[in-house]
Amino acid sequence: MKLLKNLVGWVDERFPLLDTWKEHLSEYYAPKNFNFWYFFGSLALLVLVIQIVTGIFLTMSYKPDALFAFASVEFIMRDVQWGWLLRYIHSTGASMFFVVVYLHIFRGMMYGSYRKPRELLWIIGVVIYLALMAEAFMGYLLPWGQMSFWGAQVIVNLFSSVPFIGPDLSVLIRGDYVISDATLNRFFALHVIAVPLVLAGLVFVHLIALHKVGSNNPDGIEIKKHKDANGHPLDGIPFHPYYTVKDMVGVVAFLIVFSAIVFFAPDVGGYFLEANNFVPANPMQTPAHIAPVWYFTPYYAILRAVPPMFGSQFPGVIAMGIGAIAVVFLPWLDRGKVKSIRYRGPIYKAFLASFVVSFIGLGYLGMMPVTPTYTLISQVLSVVYFAFFILMPWYTKIDKCKHEPDRVTFK
Amino acid sequence: MTDNVDRSKRRLLIAATTTAGGVAAAGAGAPFVLSLMPSERAKAAGAPIKVDVSAIEPGMMMGVEWQGKPVWIVRRTQEMLDLLSKHDSELTDPTATVAQQPDYCNNANRSIKPEIFVVIGICTHLGCSPSYRPEVAAADLGADWGGGWFCPCHGSRFDLAARVYKGSPAPTNLIVPPHQYLSENMLLIGDDEKKGAA
Repeated sequence: MKLLKNLVGWVDERFPLLDTWKEHLSEYYAPKNFNFWYFFGSLALLVLVIQIVTGIFLTMSYKPDALFAFASVEFIMRDVQWGWLLRYIHSTGASMFFVVVYLHIFRGMMYGSYRKPRELLWIIGVVIYLALMAEAFMGYLLPWGQMSFWGAQVIVNLFSSVPFIGPDLSVLIRGDYVISDATLNRFFALHVIAVPLVLAGLVFVHLIALHKVGSNNPDGIEIKKHKDANGHPLDGIPFHPYYTVKDMVGVVAFLIVFSAIVFFAPDVGGYFLEANNFVPANPMQTPAHIAPVWYFTPYYAILRAVPPMFGSQFPGVIAMGIGAIAVVFLPWLDRGKVKSIRYRGPIYKAFLASFVVSFIGLGYLGMMPVTPTYTLISQVLSVVYFAFFILMPWYTKIDKCKHEPDRVTFK
Repeated sequence: MTDNVDRSKRRLLIAATTTAGGVAAAGAGAPFVLSLMPSERAKAAGAPIKVDVSAIEPGMMMGVEWQGKPVWIVRRTQEMLDLLSKHDSELTDPTATVAQQPDYCNNANRSIKPEIFVVIGICTHLGCSPSYRPEVAAADLGADWGGGWFCPCHGSRFDLAARVYKGSPAPTNLIVPPHQYLSENMLLIGDDEKKGAA
């Protein structure tokens, strides 16, 4: 024990070990009224770790070559000892990452976590989400199945609709005139090293920014307004041990669901792993029905809902892109007097509910084949989706808010 | 302290160093970006291909691979060609104003020889490969279907000159690749420069 203390002391004289521990854990004061919704931040971190660890081991058996990629994934599934488990954890982790991140973003929307002074924290979060989408898209090409190939074909073609530079841009992305071995190889490089590095850096910056401004809470009021004699917030409790222990309960519950999927239904009826992707990529033949994986389908539905204009698909691509990053503008669109949904009026609640309905509805329609009826519903839901953002400065201003309490409510 | 500092000289030196460094960084970055462009091997795979079209029966389609993409060659019958001019009002771009073909194919048939039609089999919507449906009034495509291509992904319809029908998600007609005839039946796809003409 004395030896350990001496060792810590030795390190601490050369590296701010104890200061770091205090600032970010034992003396980082978080509001005491966190609820269920506050599990998803730490769960996202957990899934990131799961993906990195399983990813490293998958890389050891995978071959990023158009001739061998599909077979090497089957090799992992059949011949590598426990390879099937590593692969299913990784594929389940990809989808669960988005489940957790979507809930995490929605938490921020409900409680106004994007409002001043947390705008930059929110922007960093949206950039993490974009990096995550890039990571997922590139990873999906690697098994080199039919959906990998044609999914990448469709998405890279979105870039070729950019006016003037589009065709050259898509050649630059593919490294070829079609999706080919060159594309597979570079997507592998980006998926296993470039984007994960960026993600890790962004997550670090996200946490530093969070600890600078402090966590929001379900009441949407600042706990730093009331401090005790030592300068600690009266309504705050140290993150460690209180929230580390609480988060462990969330981790256990999450891992129960996660394991149930991995062991009993890893393809989740075609939502997490699509049936067509168990067929090797064939550039000469498109599958009869192609759709992206579920986490991209809301934006895909927006893309399909916008008809071509001026002989170009580009307006749809723009709508899809804006749809994906729209939340980044929330800090400047929201004019409400209060932050949290608890003290908002009925108009905001109705708009938020319609937003949720449109997001889920678009997600469903994005998986369906195109019919005139579905296209019409997609168009209506796209309008609802964008109305939530465009009309926000107006409806948050006229909404009748309730009075915010001075201190957090805590039972 | 500050007395003998020449601030304007310092500013100039900082600006000059930054500019020189920026140029050097851009220059050093160029090889990285250029390495992402198609390799010499990929370019070679995009080389023109020769196709003998004499074996295609009237009304039939032959598929070949060029630059890794499907290219279709159809020998259109006289009935097929007659149908082409009858549905202009249903097409998005019947006269091919959007340059989706070389100039020498910018005509009513979108081809050099009316009966031989060459087109890249990639949908202009999002890159799926449509299926060849030459049968007139096919049961699933409606009584007024005059033959053409149907994209299974998002339902785009094209006539036998690969011109897109109105109401399809595809914004433009399919692309006619550069091509030329080396002899009566020998087609060269991917290169339309006349040798010795220049």
